[in-house]
Amino acid sequence: MPPPLTEMLNYILRRLGAGLLLLAVVTAVTFWIFFVLPKWAGVTPRGMAALYVGKAPTPEALDATVERLGLDQPVVVQFFNFVKDLIFGTEYVFGRETVECAAPCLGYSFTTNSPVLEQLLSRLPVTVSLALGAAVIWLIGGVAVGVLSAVRKGSLFDRLAMGTALVGVSLPIYFTGLLALAFVVHSWKLLPVPRYVPLAEDPGAWFTAMILPWITLAFLHAAQYARQTRAGMLEVLGEDYIRTARAKGLSERKVIFKHALRPALTPILTIFGLDVGLVLGGAVLTEKVFSLKGIGAYAIDAIIGKDLPVVLGVTLLGAVFIVICNLVVDLLYPLVDPRVRIAA
Amino acid sequence: MSAPSHAPESVEQPEAADTVTKAPDGRGGSDNRSLRQIAWQRLRKDKVAMISGVVVVLLILAAILAPLLAKWFGHPPTQYHQDLLEPNTGLPYKDPDNPVPPGAFPSSEYLDRWGAISSEHLLGVEPVTGRDLFSRILYGAQISLLVAFLSTLVCVALGTVLGIIAGYKGGWVDTVISRAMDIFLAFPLLLFAIALVGVIPEGILGLTGNGLRIGVIVFIIGFFNWPYIARIVRGQTLSLREREFVEAARSLGASNRHILFKEILPNLVTPILVYATLLIPTNILFEAALSFLGVGINPPTPSWGKMLSEAVSHYSTAPYFIIFPGLAIFITVLAFNLFGDGLRDAFDPKTSD
Repeated sequence: MPPPLTEMLNYILRRLGAGLLLLAVVTAVTFWIFFVLPKWAGVTPRGMAALYVGKAPTPEALDATVERLGLDQPVVVQFFNFVKDLIFGTEYVFGRETVECAAPCLGYSFTTNSPVLEQLLSRLPVTVSLALGAAVIWLIGGVAVGVLSAVRKGSLFDRLAMGTALVGVSLPIYFTGLLALAFVVHSWKLLPVPRYVPLAEDPGAWFTAMILPWITLAFLHAAQYARQTRAGMLEVLGEDYIRTARAKGLSERKVIFKHALRPALTPILTIFGLDVGLVLGGAVLTEKVFSLKGIGAYAIDAIIGKDLPVVLGVTLLGAVFIVICNLVVDLLYPLVDPRVRIAA
Repeated sequence: MSAPSHAPESVEQPEAADTVTKAPDGRGGSDNRSLRQIAWQRLRKDKVAMISGVVVVLLILAAILAPLLAKWFGHPPTQYHQDLLEPNTGLPYKDPDNPVPPGAFPSSEYLDRWGAISSEHLLGVEPVTGRDLFSRILYGAQISLLVAFLSTLVCVALGTVLGIIAGYKGGWVDTVISRAMDIFLAFPLLLFAIALVGVIPEGILGLTGNGLRIGVIVFIIGFFNWPYIARIVRGQTLSLREREFVEAARSLGASNRHILFKEILPNLVTPILVYATLLIPTNILFEAALSFLGVGINPPTPSWGKMLSEAVSHYSTAPYFIIFPGLAIFITVLAFNLFGDGLRDAFDPKTSD
């Protein structure tokens, strides 16, 4: 029975509120890391400005940046300005030139001479392609293997699958990815070197370029999901209502897919939301291994090039993705598991 | 370990001891083995756990003895052996005494894709520098295990204190700490870690170079991973605080501090140990990831993650350079995972003998 609309609305609003709170906390912590922590460590406003401007700045440029970013002002004022720019956008005046940074303004990169958000959005398709493709593979693969293992507990399949899964969670992506490159791509020449092609340009090339990164990224997660699904299924299959369902004469397929799988999926859904959010915020390791120019790779370049506004922007964007994915998952709960009550 | 020595045999808290010694699966009073004894007996029967336990001990020994072993084999981890390498490709010769003849193309006929493994260099030498891979991997274990143990210690300290307070106090304190746990688990941890390494200036707290890097990495991992421990501790505390021995202590007028640290904490030592063991491989992978991304340990100090990131540019010519450091990480993480799993099963009252 679907819950009444007002209750549903109430639930959505409460989850939305929780998401916004999380975002506020992440913003505050990010600000603290980038503006307060260095100050405690004894970095002067000019030193901070140097971190923002990038390579070899003149003293005048530094002072201008201190002025421009308000680095000499009290922390509270800086935080207020930071949040204000984020919500309402701002304008950067460089001599005669004015650059507009529309809301949500994540800052201005002095290395690329453009607003950070613009840069991030241009790299978003790569990361989204990588994340969504891998997520589909690991969710379906992991859950399917987990269910089969639980249903055939103790069988050869179960033992093989769980052995592989244990190996899988112990294999870091920067090892499997490099092995894949060395053998699948270079020695055996089964696939071309992954080089991102936009989906709209050439779907076939997009697919062949992404398949290796997808599988590498998905393998790690699928292993974890298979283990969790199996454990969850075994727990649910031992419950009384499953015995009741079987006693009623329901087919085994119905018992497993309709009665057992749904509650076993709830915790999987929770970690799925977190994982997809994390990967969308930059699959840093996968992008680095396969030289994909996504958001994660951009973050690494920014760290090495000391482009602080970009690092700050990537971190915030990453948090936004996590909040959004969590929210989606929260809204999906009642659909997957009828036991989740909408009212608190 | 931050927890005080567990006290089933101590006279001071007989109540606490009682709950530990009784086998919780209802096998009754005739069986007076303690849970710890039962667990040890189970663990000894678990071949996989025992083998992985031995591997863990060997790894720790190898890390501690790395300087001695490197001296024994005669190749310090930062010593270059460029006489073994073909100068143009940076790859090791198949036979250093017969380098490429003048005028010939340095092809696979003369060069070794497998790092010129010999009795002198057990795992071959690095491309370009010619450093001994075996001693670098040994030294890499030092950094890897040091960071993993220290950061797990921070996680355990933070997680135990916050988890026990949340579980025992309940109410708004619990709500605040639990919310904080949710938030910490939702942080884009890797991004934050690389960002922090980027902004923390050299010389903070008197630390420089790798001392600073290790400090920062330990702080980051510990600071963001404590909720994993705190969740377990909180859950256990919630059920422990309702038990008779806690009530008895309270009715005798024991202070909160006494109840928390003398009555409840000793009962938490086992789950904390088990989950700390399972957290170590996670932290090993984290350190390796940071080093791989170039924000971990500074070269030339050997680190497995850094070695893999250097292997990126040689993957087509020197696959061995990927395989050895990668296997080192894999074996270490797998051994800790298997041992932790075994430990957990051994202590789990739900497992049957």
